[in-house]
Amino acid sequence: MIRKRKSCLAIVVALLTVVGFASSAPASEAKKPERIGPTVKIHRGEKCVEDTEFMRRNHMKVILHQRDETMHQGIRTTKHSLKNCVDCHADPKTNSVLDQEGFCSSCHEFASVKIDCFSCHTDKRDKNAVAVAPFKGVAKRVQP
Amino acid sequence: MAQAHFDTIEGRSLGFYALLGILGAFLLAAGLAALYMEHNGHWVTGMSNQIVWGTPHVFAVFLIVAASGALNVASIASVFGRQLYKPLARLSGLLAIALLTGGLIVLVLDLGRPDRLIEAMTYYNFKSIFAWNIFLYIGFFAVVAVYLWMMMERRMNDYTRPAGIFAFLWRLTLTTGTGSIFGFLVARDAYDTAVLAPMFIIMSFSYGLAIFMVVLLAAMRWSGRELGDVVFGRLRNLLGVFVAAVLYFVTVYHLTNLYITQRHGIEGFILLHGGQFTQMFWIGQIILGSVIPLVILFSRLGQSRAMVMLASLLVILGGVAQMYVTIIGGQAYPMPLVPGKEASSSFFDGVVASYAPSLPEAILGIGGIALALAMVVVALKILPFLPNSLADADADPHYKAT
Amino acid sequence: MSLSRREFIGIGGAAVAGMALAPGLRLVELAQARSPDEAVTSLQRWGLLVDIGKCHDCDACVTACHEENGVTGHGRPATDPQWIRKVTLKDKQSGYVQTLPVMCQHCEEPPCVDVCPTGASFKRADGIVLVDKHICIGCRYCMMACPYKARSFVHEDTTDQKPQVPRGKGTVESCTLCVHRVDVGKIPACVKACNKDGNKAMVFGDLKDPNSDIRKQLAAGVSTQLRPDLNLNTGVRYRGI
Ligand code: SF4
Ligand code: SF4
Repeated sequence: MIRKRKSCLAIVVALLTVVGFASSAPASEAKKPERIGPTVKIHRGEKCVEDTEFMRRNHMKVILHQRDETMHQGIRTTKHSLKNCVDCHADPKTNSVLDQEGFCSSCHEFASVKIDCFSCHTDKRDKNAVAVAPFKGVAKRVQP
Repeated sequence: MAQAHFDTIEGRSLGFYALLGILGAFLLAAGLAALYMEHNGHWVTGMSNQIVWGTPHVFAVFLIVAASGALNVASIASVFGRQLYKPLARLSGLLAIALLTGGLIVLVLDLGRPDRLIEAMTYYNFKSIFAWNIFLYIGFFAVVAVYLWMMMERRMNDYTRPAGIFAFLWRLTLTTGTGSIFGFLVARDAYDTAVLAPMFIIMSFSYGLAIFMVVLLAAMRWSGRELGDVVFGRLRNLLGVFVAAVLYFVTVYHLTNLYITQRHGIEGFILLHGGQFTQMFWIGQIILGSVIPLVILFSRLGQSRAMVMLASLLVILGGVAQMYVTIIGGQAYPMPLVPGKEASSSFFDGVVASYAPSLPEAILGIGGIALALAMVVVALKILPFLPNSLADADADPHYKAT
Repeated sequence: MSLSRREFIGIGGAAVAGMALAPGLRLVELAQARSPDEAVTSLQRWGLLVDIGKCHDCDACVTACHEENGVTGHGRPATDPQWIRKVTLKDKQSGYVQTLPVMCQHCEEPPCVDVCPTGASFKRADGIVLVDKHICIGCRYCMMACPYKARSFVHEDTTDQKPQVPRGKGTVESCTLCVHRVDVGKIPACVKACNKDGNKAMVFGDLKDPNSDIRKQLAAGVSTQLRPDLNLNTGVRYRGI
C-alpha cells in the first residue's frame, strides 16, 4: 500500500530542524529543549521502547507502520503502538499527552506540525493499563 | 470554410465588475458555509445517518452531469462536422471545464475530511466506481484542455477533430460513470436499474445545453455582439429535443419500475405520496423543468429570446429538482430489511427519513454554480473564447446552400 | 485476564483456559487464537448467529456495545451513531412481532468495500469488515451502499474515546465485531452481554471451523441472512425470522 511518504518527509524535516535548533538554543530558551525531547516526566517506565535519538526522528514512521499492521492484519503487539506511547508518556496530572505541557503537543506545537492522531484516538492514558516493560520483546501489559 | 473570429470581452464596464462582485459574494458565502460545516461537523446540516448525501450532492452531481453536456456543442462541431456550431465550440469547452470544477469543489468541500483529499488521490480502490470517476474527472480536464488548445492554436487546428472525438468519447464515459455511482447501489430500489446510466447521458445533454444557452445569450448580449436567428433557432430546437428525450427516459424509468412489483413502494412514494419529493417531482421536474420549457421551445413563444432564456433557466431548475428527487428522495424511502415485515427501530428503520436542506448546504451548492460562472466570466476576459459575431451571415455563409 | 489467557493459549493451554472461564460464557474456539504478532488469516471467518426466538424485549447487546466502544450520542437521534440497534419486525399479514439486533453483517461480498474510493472500507482476511479511519475521507458512499444501514457517520467532535476504539468526526464507523477483543481471544461485547444479562440468543465463532459451536449450530437447523436476495453471504446469521 502506498505510504504518505511526502508528509512523513515533511514531518521529519521539520523535526530535525527543531531538534537542531533546540540543541543550539541560547540560554533564554532553556525551557524549551527540556520540553522537546522525551525527557518529559514519565510516570511509568524508565526507558522508551527504542533509543531516544531514534524515536525523535522516527516515531512517526514507527507508529505509522504499526498502525497499518494493527488495522489491516490484526497484529496487536504493544511495543510500537500509539496506545503504548500514550500510556507511558501521558502527564500524570492530566493523564493526557496533549494539554499545555503535554508530551506530544508541546513539541508538535513548537515545531508547528499538526498531529492528526488525536482527532480519533484518545489522548488519555488507559486507566486500566498497569505496567509497561520496555525492551523485553513484546511489552507486557496486564489488564484487570 | 468559414473562419470564425474570436475576441476577449472588454471586461471594464460597471456591469462586468458588478457581475463579478455578485459571483464573488456567493463564493465567499459558500466558503464560509463550508468552513462552518467543517468546523461543527455535519450535524448542523440537514444531512443525517439516513440522508447521507444532501443538497451539496444535488448541486455537485447536477454540475458534473451538466459539465459533460456542455461539451456537446463542441462535439457537434468537431465530431459531427457541423460548421454552424464551430464558433461555439470554444465556449462549450470552457463551460465544460468550469462546470466540472464547480461540481467537484462542492463535492470535496462536503467530505467529512476534505483535508484528506490527498488520500483520495493516493489510495485507490480500483473496484470502486467512485475512484474511477476521480480518474475520469481529472482526465476530463486534461482532455478538454488539450481539445481547447487544438481549437485555439491555429497550427494545431488540424488535430481538432481527433481531439474532439476523444473528448466526446471521454465525456460519454464520464457521464456513464456518474450515473453508475447510483446504479451500483443495489440495495436501494430507486437506483438499482440499468436505465440510470443512459438516462444520465441524455440528462447531461439537456442540462449542459440549457446552461450553455443561458451563458451564450447573456455573454453575447452583454458584450454587445450579435447572435443571429440561425444559430439561435438551431440551439433552441436542439434543447427542445433534449428536454423531450429526458422526459421520455423519465417515463420509461418509472414505467419499468411500475412493472416490477417490488418497486411499487418507491414508485408510489415518488409519484403519489412522498410529500416534498412528490411535489418536487411533479412541480419542479415535470411541469417547470420539462412541460413549460417544451411548450416555450416548440411554440411561437420560442421566437422570443427572453422566453427561450426563461425556458433554459427552467430546464436548469428542473434539473436540480430531478437530482433532488433522485438523490435525496431515493435515500428517504426506507430500505426493506425482511420481506413481508414492517421494520421499526430507534435508527429510523422502516420510516421515511425526513430531510430539510439547511442554509449552509444550499449556499455551498449554489457556490458551485457561482464558481463555474465566475471562471467563465474571467476566462472570457483573458482569452478569446467568445465569437465576435454570430450574425446569420457570419455564423455560416453556406447555411442557405445546405 | 486477557493477557494471561493469551499466554496460556500461546503455550497451548487451551483446556486450562477453557476451564478457567465462568460457566455460561461462550468463548471463541481456543485452538485458533493467535499470538499478538501473528497476522490474521483467511483460515478463519468470524461470524455471529442470533436466535430470534430467544431474543426478546431487551437491549443488553446495544448497551454493552456502545459502552465497550465508547459510542456516545448528543441527544440528536438523526445524527447520533448506532453501531447496533434493536429492530422490531411486524408481520404485515399476521401482525406477529419479533425483535432482533442488527449490526454490520460482515458481508463476504461487502458492497461498502466495493464502492469505497480510497479503500478505507476493507475486509480483513478473517472476514471482519472495518473502516480504516486513517484514510477514510468521509464521502459516505459506503453508507449509501450498505443494505442494512449498518454504518454511521460521525457528525460531531468526539472526545474521551476508548483507547482501543478510535473514532472521530468526519469519518464513517460501524460494528467492528469488537475486533480489539477478538484479536486477544475475547468474544464481542454484545455476545458477552447477551449471554450474561440477556436471553442467551447470540453465538460468536469461526464459521470455517467444523468443530466450532457456531458451525455446529448452523449445521443443525435453519438459519437465514438478512436480504438473502443480495447474495452477500453475510457473516451474521439469524434463526427464527
Ligand atoms: S453490513 Fe454493511 S457495513 Fe457491514 S459489511 Fe455489509 S455492506 Fe459493509
Ligand atoms: S466514507 Fe470513508 S469508508 Fe466510506 S466510502 Fe467514503 S472513504 Fe470509504
